[in-house]
Amino acid sequence: MSGTRTIQLTVNGVPRQLRVAPHRTLLDLLRDDLALTGTKECCLVGECGACTVSLDGRIVDSCLVLAVEADGADVTTIEGVAENGSLTPLQHAFLDSGAVQCGYCSPGQVMAARDLLARIPHPTVAEIQEGMAGNLCRCGCYGQITDAVLAASKAAGQ
Amino acid sequence: MQIIGYERPETLAEAVAILDSQGDGARLLAGGTDLIIALREGRQHAAVVVDAKRIPELRPAITEADGRLSISADTVMTDIAADIRVRKHFPALAEAAAVVGAVQIRNRATIAGNICNASPAADTAPPLLAYAAEVIARGPASLRRIPIDEFFVGPGETALRRGELVMAIEIPVPVGPAGSAFGRLTRRRGADLASVSVSASIDGLGRTRLGFGAVGPRPLLATDHSGVLADPGTEPATRASLLATLAMATSPISDVRASREYRMSMLLVLGQRVLGTAITRRAEGRR
Repeated sequence: MSGTRTIQLTVNGVPRQLRVAPHRTLLDLLRDDLALTGTKECCLVGECGACTVSLDGRIVDSCLVLAVEADGADVTTIEGVAENGSLTPLQHAFLDSGAVQCGYCSPGQVMAARDLLARIPHPTVAEIQEGMAGNLCRCGCYGQITDAVLAASKAAGQ
Repeated sequence: MQIIGYERPETLAEAVAILDSQGDGARLLAGGTDLIIALREGRQHAAVVVDAKRIPELRPAITEADGRLSISADTVMTDIAADIRVRKHFPALAEAAAVVGAVQIRNRATIAGNICNASPAADTAPPLLAYAAEVIARGPASLRRIPIDEFFVGPGETALRRGELVMAIEIPVPVGPAGSAFGRLTRRRGADLASVSVSASIDGLGRTRLGFGAVGPRPLLATDHSGVLADPGTEPATRASLLATLAMATSPISDVRASREYRMSMLLVLGQRVLGTAITRRAEGRR
C-alpha cells in the first residue's frame, strides 16, 4: 500500500516537486510546505471559500483537494495574481471600494472574482452574487465586494 | 484526517481489483466534495483512498449515441449545467447541477459522486429519477445497468456491490413532445442543501415521472401513467389531489433544515410549480 508520494506541480508559474502524505490537503501543502499563507484555512467543509485557489484554470476549495490529487496540476494562488509586482485593477478595486475589512476572506474573494471576470467580463449584480456565492465574508462587506467587482469590470471595458 | 493509503489506478480493471480486495476499507474518490469532509469529520474511514480521476473510461465526457445521453462518472456539475445537449433534452438536470454548492464545489463535484454519496437531498437525484436514468456499474465479474430508482437504497447506501464502481449515467433522450423542470427550496439563497426538491418529466405520451428529494430516507420516484397530471386541461383541484396522493409515498423527517410538516406542505406547493413549468415547456416545444 502506498503511503507518502512524490508529486510535481506548478504553483504560480514555478515548478515544484514535493513529498506528501496522503491525508494532507492542497491547502496544507500551500500553507505549510510552500509558505504561501495568503490562502486561508477556515470552514473546512467547502462553504466559506477562504481557501479558494485556481486548479488547472478552475477555482476550487483547496481544503477539499488532497495534495496528491494535484499531482501534475497548474495551481494559482493569491500570491500569483499580481502582475510584475503590481496589484491588478481588480485588487485595486477591492481596496478602493472598501471591500477589505478584516481581510481574512479577501484572498478567496479575489480568486473567485478573478475567475468570474474571466468567464463573464461584464457581469450583472445577480451574476456577481451567483459567482461569489461560495465566498463568505463575516465582516459583511458584500455590498463593497460587489461594488469592487463592478468597478473592475467597468475599468476593463474602457 | 485518517487516510493511510492513496491509490491512483490507471485502468478500470486495476481500480475494480483494489475496491474488491479492500472492501469497506477502500473509498473511491472522485471530486471529494463529500468524501474529504466525511473523512475529516470521522463519519467515514478509509484505509485506502482510490482516486478515480486517472481512469480513462471515467474521465469527464458527455456523449450521445443510440438515443441515449451518457455522462461519464467524473463529469463535474459545471460541465453538466453548461452542456448544450443536457440543457436541450434534460433541462431539469442542468438546473439541478447549476445549484449544487457554489462555483468552487461545482468545478469539482461529479455526477457519480453525487449519486454514490446517496444523500436523500442530492440535487441531481430527482431529475435522474424523473428521466429514468440508468447507472452503468462495473464490477469484478460483470458490467450491469441499474435503474436509478433501484440504485438508491437508503441514506448513504446504494445498490453497488463489493468491488463495483459507477462508470457512467445513461439517460434516454425523450421521443415526441416532452417537458421537464426542477425546483428546490433552501433556507437561504446561495450555497445550501435542499429542504425539499422536486423534478417533473412528462414524456411524449403524456406520462409523468416525479422525483422527490429530501422527503424520505432516499430520493423517491412517483409516476402518473394516466396522463391526468400532465394534461393542461386538468382542473387545478384534480391535479392537486392527484399530486397529494402521489406524495403519500414520502416520509419526511424534521431536521436542521426543515420540519416534517413544512416539507410535506412545501412538497405539494413545489410539486405544482415544477409540474406547471414542465407542462408549459412541453406545450412550447410542440409549437
